[in-house]
Amino acid sequence: MSGSREILSLYAVVAIGSVIGSVLRALASLAALAWIGAAFPWGTLFVNVAGSLIIGFYAAITGPNGRIFASVYQRQFVMTGICGGFTTFSVFSLEAFRFLNAGDLALSGLYVGVSIAAWLLSVWLGHALGSRFNRLGGF
Amino acid sequence: MQSMLHVMIWVALGSALGGPARYFVSGLIGRHVGETFPWGTMAVNVSGAFAVGLLAAAATIEGLMPMPAGWQFAVTGFLGAYTTVSSFSLQTMALALDGEFLKAGGNIALSLLLCLAGVALGYGAGIVLPGAGL
Repeated sequence: MSGSREILSLYAVVAIGSVIGSVLRALASLAALAWIGAAFPWGTLFVNVAGSLIIGFYAAITGPNGRIFASVYQRQFVMTGICGGFTTFSVFSLEAFRFLNAGDLALSGLYVGVSIAAWLLSVWLGHALGSRFNRLGGF
Repeated sequence: MQSMLHVMIWVALGSALGGPARYFVSGLIGRHVGETFPWGTMAVNVSGAFAVGLLAAAATIEGLMPMPAGWQFAVTGFLGAYTTVSSFSLQTMALALDGEFLKAGGNIALSLLLCLAGVALGYGAGIVLPGAGL
């Protein structure tokens, strides 16, 4: 995996995956804004929770004990590209800071606390579901 | 009023650069510092938080950034893709599953602390620029 062609291909799949994930994130944010409003960053919370669930599941089913074979390109495309582009720590940080800057310490703390709990719970849930899928009979 | 297509094109252009930039930076840090603790992910998230704070303040300067296209490109696109929650979650869980609870807790606490401090510092640096904060 050290040839320049391979490295270039890895960057290409990460770029394509990131564009897909990021456009989906932008759509989710616009949808949340239109349907629920701007009082709370539901869109960011949703993408970060969903992205954590998906990466936990995918990592489990394509990992060393996984029942699905995925090449390093496929794993980088889905995990580094799509999941990485779909989720965002910077926008999350800015939203938490905006609550603080507006003097709403409670809402900022709530947003950070709920986010971290929900991310970790969903990555664990995704991983547990993936591990269960790996142990299923059949195929 | 921008069309939805225009919004998505700006986001796509920014993220086509931001995702590979994350891959480059986190890989570089990981290779130099080692992979026993997710320093690479933390480095992109903290630097991205500083940048988003700086841009949020700079965006208040009249005429500096073509809005809202500049925000869609630089923040929603580039910084949105440059930073990641999914890798952070996965790496924190992997540490916990390995019984490395101190490292898992440390990753959570340090990431939150440094990212919030980063965005505040970036904002503080940007808001003192001439014409900002109006």
